[in-house]
Amino acid sequence: MNLVLRPPGTHLSAAGRPTEEDLVDPTRLATRRHGSRLPRSVQRLLGPVLLLLAWQAASSWGLFDERQVPSPASVLEAGRDLLRSGDLQAHTLASLGRVLKGLALGVSAGVVLAAVAGLSRLGENIVDANMEILRAVPNFALLPVLIAWFGIDEQPKVVLIALTVVVAVYINTYAAIRNVDAGLVEAARTFGAGRWEMVRTVVLPGALPGFLVGLRLALTGSWLALIFAETVNAPKGLGRLMTDAREYFRLDVIFVLLTVYAVLGLLSLALVRFLEGRLLTWRRAFDGA
Amino acid sequence: MALDQLDLAAPPVAVRAVGVTKAFGDHVVLDDLHLEIHTGEFVALLGRSGSGKSTFLRILAALDGEVQGEVRVPRRRAVVFQEPRLLPWQRVLRNVTVGLTRGRETQAKAVAALDEVGLAAHRKAWPRTLSGGEAQRVALARALVREPELLLLDEPFGALDALTRIRMHALLRDLYRRHRPAVLLVTHDVDEAITLADRVIVLQHGRISLDVPVDLDGSRSRRQPAFAELRSRLLFELGVTEP
Repeated sequence: MNLVLRPPGTHLSAAGRPTEEDLVDPTRLATRRHGSRLPRSVQRLLGPVLLLLAWQAASSWGLFDERQVPSPASVLEAGRDLLRSGDLQAHTLASLGRVLKGLALGVSAGVVLAAVAGLSRLGENIVDANMEILRAVPNFALLPVLIAWFGIDEQPKVVLIALTVVVAVYINTYAAIRNVDAGLVEAARTFGAGRWEMVRTVVLPGALPGFLVGLRLALTGSWLALIFAETVNAPKGLGRLMTDAREYFRLDVIFVLLTVYAVLGLLSLALVRFLEGRLLTWRRAFDGA
Repeated sequence: MALDQLDLAAPPVAVRAVGVTKAFGDHVVLDDLHLEIHTGEFVALLGRSGSGKSTFLRILAALDGEVQGEVRVPRRRAVVFQEPRLLPWQRVLRNVTVGLTRGRETQAKAVAALDEVGLAAHRKAWPRTLSGGEAQRVALARALVREPELLLLDEPFGALDALTRIRMHALLRDLYRRHRPAVLLVTHDVDEAITLADRVIVLQHGRISLDVPVDLDGSRSRRQPAFAELRSRLLFELGVTEP
């Protein structure tokens, strides 16, 4: 389109009627998405990267006291030291093991309890109020009880993580089961689906998106519960590393640990995204249409 | 029924409702309803919103058991609802076979049913990628594959656009001619009822207020005077007078 600048008014014909040159090109006016060759996941890192750059710049100019706010460079240094000594790997692996055990326990228990409560009135009466109570109890109050019951070794830590996971998975999966479209259930019944086929082909697939929301919350929650669990008698683990760093006022190490948590959180998110892509193909087909 | 009263000339009955009464609290929806539908008969049940027509269909579909009176329906029934009600997480073919024993025979029947509604090529599609008309055709195939003796249609074309609806009418008429189930079509569309059914029943306040045969030639053309005459009569019965 040619843009011709003219003094106001001159684009009207002599009769005062608008001419064809008054017409504008709507495809030019419409907002268009500016395509970028970078993948979306990389583009989304722009914010954190800018923050890091600003942080490093401020540190280099001496705006921060190095003891209070270590520069990204010195955090990187501390991270390298921890990696070289093998400490970071050992502690991370110990924590990862606890989280995986807690997740395995919590997710399976959460799904079973949600199915029991979601599929029958009696199950709901027995399970649901208990789960709401468990949800209301803070981990802080739970840990001493778990220590009294399971000692101070691995068990209370895994159980604390599992309890956090079970609540997140249960609440979302149960709600999702109860929200399955009643019309679909009714239709399947008129077409002769028995109870088991109903559960397998209508209710559980219908509750899957809700379960995945619960899983996402459970993954985040499991790491938070882990840090807390590892404040008690953990010879190895990220929580132990955190406690030590706090004792010796090693802020640079604490920032390394924060980075590790951030990475673990992002990996958890990536895992759920992967599962969603795999399990909810029918929904992706819709989004892509 | 006593044996000596049995009318041997009459075709066998697919639906028998005797004194069916249904109330929600104080609100009586069906009031001592009597109706018989013969095997292979296509009946349209007309009524305004709240006339009880959908309630009656739900009773015949065995979706509502708290009823007074006597109801008999065939064992093989199938329903098409206003919404397609397809499972979004199952592909089209699996939606057609839902509730049936799985196997190669079922599979072949389902493909044949999809072929009849012109959707054999879509058997592997996800329901959400289908248009409204296509989804409803899948719902028809899902009903057909059961080889129903009674086909219950609950305003099946109500949510479709006008052009798709005309095409669906032709398809349904064609399927009916080939399979000859007894059909109960619940609708509030007078034209639809006359175009499709052999007998039109008007339901008002839970009772049958009119029961007329559709005596039109095979084409069911709207240009026939008989069509317009029946249309006016049914509309009048429903409380609508056209200028």
